[in-house]
Amino acid sequence: MTFWKRFISNRGALLGLGILIAVLLVALLAPLIYPRGPWAMVQRPFLVPFTTDGLPLGTDTLGRDVLAGLVYGARVSLLVGLVSTVMALLIGVPLGALAGFYGKWVDEGAMRFTEFFQTIPNFALAIVLVAILEPSLTSITIAIAIVSWPPVARLVRAEVMSVTRREYVDAARLAGLSNMHILIRQVLPNTVSPIIVMASLMVATAILLESSLSFLGLGDPNIMSWGFQIGAARTVIRSAWWLSFFPGAAIVLTVLALNLIGEGLNDALNPHLSRKGRS
Amino acid sequence: MSVLKITDLSIALPQGADRAFAVQDCSYQIAAGEILCVVGESGSGKSMTANAVMGLLPEGVTVATGTAEFGGKDILTVSDAEQRALRGDRIAMIFQEPMTALNPLMRIGDQIAEVFEAHKRHTPAERRAKALDLIREVQLPDPEKIIRAYPFQLSGGQRQRAMIAMALALEPELLIADEPTTALDVTTQAQILKLILDLRDRRGMAVMFITHDFGVVAEIADRVIVMRYGEIVERGTATEVLEAPQHDYTKRLLAAIPSGLVAASSEVAKAPALEIRNLEKTYRVGGGLFRQPREVRAIDTVSLSIARGEVLGLVGESGSGKSTLGRAVVRLVTPDAGEVIVGGTDMAALTASDLRAARHKVQMVFQDPYASLNPRHRVMRALTDGPIAKGVAKDKARARARELMETVGLGADAVDRFPHEFSGGQRQRIGIARALAMDPELIIADEAVSALDVSIQAQVLDLLRDLRLRFDLSILFITHDLRVAAQLCDRIAVMQKGKLVEIGPVSEVFLNPQHSYTQTLLAAVPGGGWGQAAQ
Repeated sequence: MTFWKRFISNRGALLGLGILIAVLLVALLAPLIYPRGPWAMVQRPFLVPFTTDGLPLGTDTLGRDVLAGLVYGARVSLLVGLVSTVMALLIGVPLGALAGFYGKWVDEGAMRFTEFFQTIPNFALAIVLVAILEPSLTSITIAIAIVSWPPVARLVRAEVMSVTRREYVDAARLAGLSNMHILIRQVLPNTVSPIIVMASLMVATAILLESSLSFLGLGDPNIMSWGFQIGAARTVIRSAWWLSFFPGAAIVLTVLALNLIGEGLNDALNPHLSRKGRS
Repeated sequence: MSVLKITDLSIALPQGADRAFAVQDCSYQIAAGEILCVVGESGSGKSMTANAVMGLLPEGVTVATGTAEFGGKDILTVSDAEQRALRGDRIAMIFQEPMTALNPLMRIGDQIAEVFEAHKRHTPAERRAKALDLIREVQLPDPEKIIRAYPFQLSGGQRQRAMIAMALALEPELLIADEPTTALDVTTQAQILKLILDLRDRRGMAVMFITHDFGVVAEIADRVIVMRYGEIVERGTATEVLEAPQHDYTKRLLAAIPSGLVAASSEVAKAPALEIRNLEKTYRVGGGLFRQPREVRAIDTVSLSIARGEVLGLVGESGSGKSTLGRAVVRLVTPDAGEVIVGGTDMAALTASDLRAARHKVQMVFQDPYASLNPRHRVMRALTDGPIAKGVAKDKARARARELMETVGLGADAVDRFPHEFSGGQRQRIGIARALAMDPELIIADEAVSALDVSIQAQVLDLLRDLRLRFDLSILFITHDLRVAAQLCDRIAVMQKGKLVEIGPVSEVFLNPQHSYTQTLLAAVPGGGWGQAAQ
């Protein structure tokens, strides 16, 4: 069975993919749906959802359209999630690959360096980094990338170590291929499946991290994001539930979608590991 | 009076498998005190019947029709609770991998005692005494110590004895042994087979012995069943089947076994293709700040040479250092001292960049046909990567790859396929083609046919013999199987614990072994007497 067939036979993964595509579309089309942007004050504040025509999710403390905020927030969440994951992969994959392939002191050095980052709690480090770099979209993305690459490095290192012991790598050495050639052409392509799975889950974590930072007021002040919406609604959480509920639901749905996709990818890429009873 | 009577048993495979039934219309019985050997190649369904009897069928595989009568009941239909009570008590099983079949965190004595506990027999003190008796019965050395040992402290053969002790604990009427000696060295295998024969005589239990090795059959079987594609193709007493096989398949299987008979080796007196002088390699294991590391001398001052066009067999048991020697010759392992001279250059002394340029002189054919080809590369790439790195023009390398695929009998068009589209034997042919593509002066075949079924093994050996004549190849053929070595090699070198104990022409080593270790090794080959008698 092909990879694609296995993936779409998993109902959860298909649902996740559907939600993610919808969020992506909304994010891409945001300027067309709300040309005035998320900051425009359109009505009086604290309008309850489903009561006013044209404002299905009501308005916030300053009379801004909650739905417009959600739509624009999707752009930020997805952008930060994807870019920071790509950056984390760019740091983690080469470091882990070199450590696993060369072993000995290269491995020792790279892993001690990785542990240095792992000993500091992720979120605390991210807060410190954002505070030092001044909150902006770029600094948040960089901070999230810096706290999320160590697990990638460890995963890639372990995979590379196991693949390097296979006989075809010995055969490539005997063929006189250079170390770099063996690592990039023979070893790394055989480690992609777990990396893909991990990356899909990392995007979800990055979205959560970004929301948490924005919630604490460490987000980019010029950009509307889901975390910021929740943070701003914190003081009125008892009188205006919808201000924190809808952005929260958006985060839950997107993260859930990504997790479902990650699990589906895992089952599809490693068919022999997939759980029993579904064959 | 039969202990187990299987009638018209069919076991259905899940949809999408390569055939509908793992086992089809299979009927046989085992009498008390009898050893029945079930023989077949991989995928013949030989283990499935045993798994069904024990209730160990894998997910999705079910019994379609038939009965298995044991003690007056059809054990295929009894309840789980009844089946559990039968297991261990009246039917016991031993497995192929003694390492994974024992719990690594439990002492041997406790594991044996646990069998009694599971069936609520005896007091704890009695259990311990019984466990000690069993350890004595399976002839484990130093029983008082073994009872407190953990599995990792035992050798493979000792672990298998411990497994047998567990199986015997409740004096079963039927013992099912699924390839119990396949993972063991020949000398250990011979001891375990003898132990099983002894126990059968002493206890009068029935034994169902599943194996792929006709040598083992000759050694142990009373009656034999030969299986292919889930069907029984031949049955009879051991002598009937081995001496006068009726079915074509059995005949072919028997013909494919490398015979113990030795051809007179041709004299080779040409320039050496490989010369090894005083090679040494020591591994240091463990050790720390205050502990001395344990030293293992994998290669202990070995010197030998291989002439151009000669096949030298390197035999030895696991841990003898034969594979390390092979890997040291190609410098996948760097030796501590000594010289490895191939075509005038000392491979052991080259720097990394010189080594890469000299790599093509020695090539290797690996053991595991599934791990030795990159699953993401087409065959064409596996065959051309090396030559292109060596400086051969791309289209030339491609043309040569097609030619080589013809040579090894797979057809030029097969180059565009992926490794998973080939069977184990075909992959091994690709491995040979890959080695030839580099135009090496010496090929090292490290257990190159050990992972293959006998009939496939014979074909690959034929190919190697043919190639050797056509290209005047020099081969260092590393194997644990003396019969295979006798078939292909001109000279044999025997290694034990890193030392070369004997080297000489095949006929000399086999018919007139000098070193006591070689004698032990030859005596341990299963079915040795039968192999020669059949010729």
